[in-house]
Amino acid sequence: MTALTVGRTTLPAKYLPVLVTGCLFVAMFVAGGIRYEGFASGQVILNVFIDNAFLLVVAVGMTFVILTGGIDLSVGSVVALSTMIAASLMEGPGWPPYVVVPLVLAIGSGLGLAMGWIIQAFDIQPFIVTLAGMFLARGLCYTIGTDSIPIDDPTFTAFAQTRIDLFADLWISPSVVIALVVVAVAAYVLHYTRFGRSVYATGGSEQSALLMGLPVARTKIIVYTLSGFCSALGGVLVSFYMLSGYGLHAVGMELDAIAAVVIGGALLTGGSGFLLGTVLGVLVLGLIQTILTFEGTLSSWWTKIFIGLLLFVFILFQRLFSARSRR
Amino acid sequence: MRRLLWPVVVLVLLLALNIFFTPSFFSIQVRDGHLYGSLIDILRFGAPLILVSLGMTLVIATGGIDLSVGSVVAISGALACLQISQDAGLFTAVATALGLCLVLGAWNGLLVATVGIQPIIATLILMVAGRGLAQLITDGQIITVNNPAYKVIGGGYWLTVPFGILIVIAVLAITAFLTRRLALGMLIESVGGNAEASRLAGIRARGIIIMVYAFAALCAGVAGLMISSNVSSADGNNAGLWIELDAILAVVIGGTSLSGGRFSLSGTVLGALIIQTLTTTIYSIGVPPETTLLFKALVVTAVCLIQSPTFRAKAFRRRGRPASQSPAPEEKVRVTA
Repeated sequence: MTALTVGRTTLPAKYLPVLVTGCLFVAMFVAGGIRYEGFASGQVILNVFIDNAFLLVVAVGMTFVILTGGIDLSVGSVVALSTMIAASLMEGPGWPPYVVVPLVLAIGSGLGLAMGWIIQAFDIQPFIVTLAGMFLARGLCYTIGTDSIPIDDPTFTAFAQTRIDLFADLWISPSVVIALVVVAVAAYVLHYTRFGRSVYATGGSEQSALLMGLPVARTKIIVYTLSGFCSALGGVLVSFYMLSGYGLHAVGMELDAIAAVVIGGALLTGGSGFLLGTVLGVLVLGLIQTILTFEGTLSSWWTKIFIGLLLFVFILFQRLFSARSRR
Repeated sequence: MRRLLWPVVVLVLLLALNIFFTPSFFSIQVRDGHLYGSLIDILRFGAPLILVSLGMTLVIATGGIDLSVGSVVAISGALACLQISQDAGLFTAVATALGLCLVLGAWNGLLVATVGIQPIIATLILMVAGRGLAQLITDGQIITVNNPAYKVIGGGYWLTVPFGILIVIAVLAITAFLTRRLALGMLIESVGGNAEASRLAGIRARGIIIMVYAFAALCAGVAGLMISSNVSSADGNNAGLWIELDAILAVVIGGTSLSGGRFSLSGTVLGALIIQTLTTTIYSIGVPPETTLLFKALVVTAVCLIQSPTFRAKAFRRRGRPASQSPAPEEKVRVTA
């Protein structure tokens, strides 16, 4: 508690949710380290990154959307659609990866652009438009094929098997590098560019942003395009990770991404939140899964109950600390 | 009433579409003392969705959202079937199942109102954990029961009318009375408009929020009983899967805004009927299973576009533009002609 009080006096109040999330994450890691042998190692953290690189990328896109006060339910389906398109184009006609990957990214961005345009031009609630987008992308997956398509393109498999060695036996995958680059670029855009400020302003109060002369319409369309792009990129990372394209990949990932953003301290009403918070949110979700694997033999239903419980405990603590320090 | 015009138009269009593929679509017969017909089937199979959507409407009216209803559907069916398979009485089974649902709903409400967690995350916890709980109750198996009395809830008839439809009518009537004839509906809308201002005006906002979540879970519980009783079995894994999305969709199609502050019960019923009719239509006109989701996406988009006043304004203006740009004399001729 003393650390938090010190934090309050030195840091502006807006950083508090991120700070609390960070402290709780460290506490969870320490608790895991005490409970399980071999848990407290650097590689465990890196594995969380390796296993959740795609979620991180998707959540970055979601952060932009949520900051404007919107929501994007289509991300999981767009991820699946991307794996499906990539796999089918490389396996069937044998297109090379350097054509397929840009094409997939373009399709994802295009879908995002279309949804953003419908939301903005016709003033329809984002929840419903992106829900329709979710049905559409998932439906396109099944239209392409109902079975899993394996990927054995040499570039993709090479990418999947590459290990980037860091110091002292630690290693990461290229996907982590891509994800971290995305995070860095997004953080720069969000906090140091005119567009980033428009995103916060639009989410804070659309009316005020309009009256200030900010390009609200353009901002809203761009954030959904960005989210579509990030989902497609996440899909490419998933196809590196799974080496297959399947219509049932990433079912429910939209909820994971939304949860990560909200755990990171963003408000769903928009205008408040940080990219660092989203990164922490993804790490928290990943750490919960790691703890469950260390816990060992849990049946699938106990796993679900445990995920719910850990999520609950985490959010409860986060809420209590933030609320107490604010008063 | 004008708000309901477009949902009605869409529903009528969807129903009319069926006529081309099944000429006998609108015929309703009495067979073996039961009402038969496609329209009755839409009502009967749509009953659980209507119930869940009714609960969801009140939650959304307070500015919240409830993602956990699908899991509650599974839990309620699982618990009731487990008890019946262990030779408990029908009343005990139904009462404990619905009791548990009330507790789960109140838990959601407590997290939202007292702890102050954002609704989507607060109910996400129960959505994930509840699915596990349902599988825990059924031990990962599908419990089958053989109890004629239990079968009545979802598959039975009373005075030729399917029992599920009667339950929906009863719940709808009670909800409509409580919210539209008493002050409750206004209180809910005021909490949805501004919870803090309502509290300062002397409304017990927390109590209202906890109540609507409990009501939503209760509705989901009854829907769960219907679904499991209709197939005489409980599947913790798949029962009510993604019904929360359909319910939210129904509520929004019915004209209730997700930002809260106002709601329309009749709109929600229409919305749920549209979704169920859509499902039936997909089967009856023989859309291949791989493309059902595509079809659904297109219809949902079309429905939303038609309902958007901005879209209608733009569409009509575009149609009107050539006329206004054309030379004046011609226009005069056209007017007189």
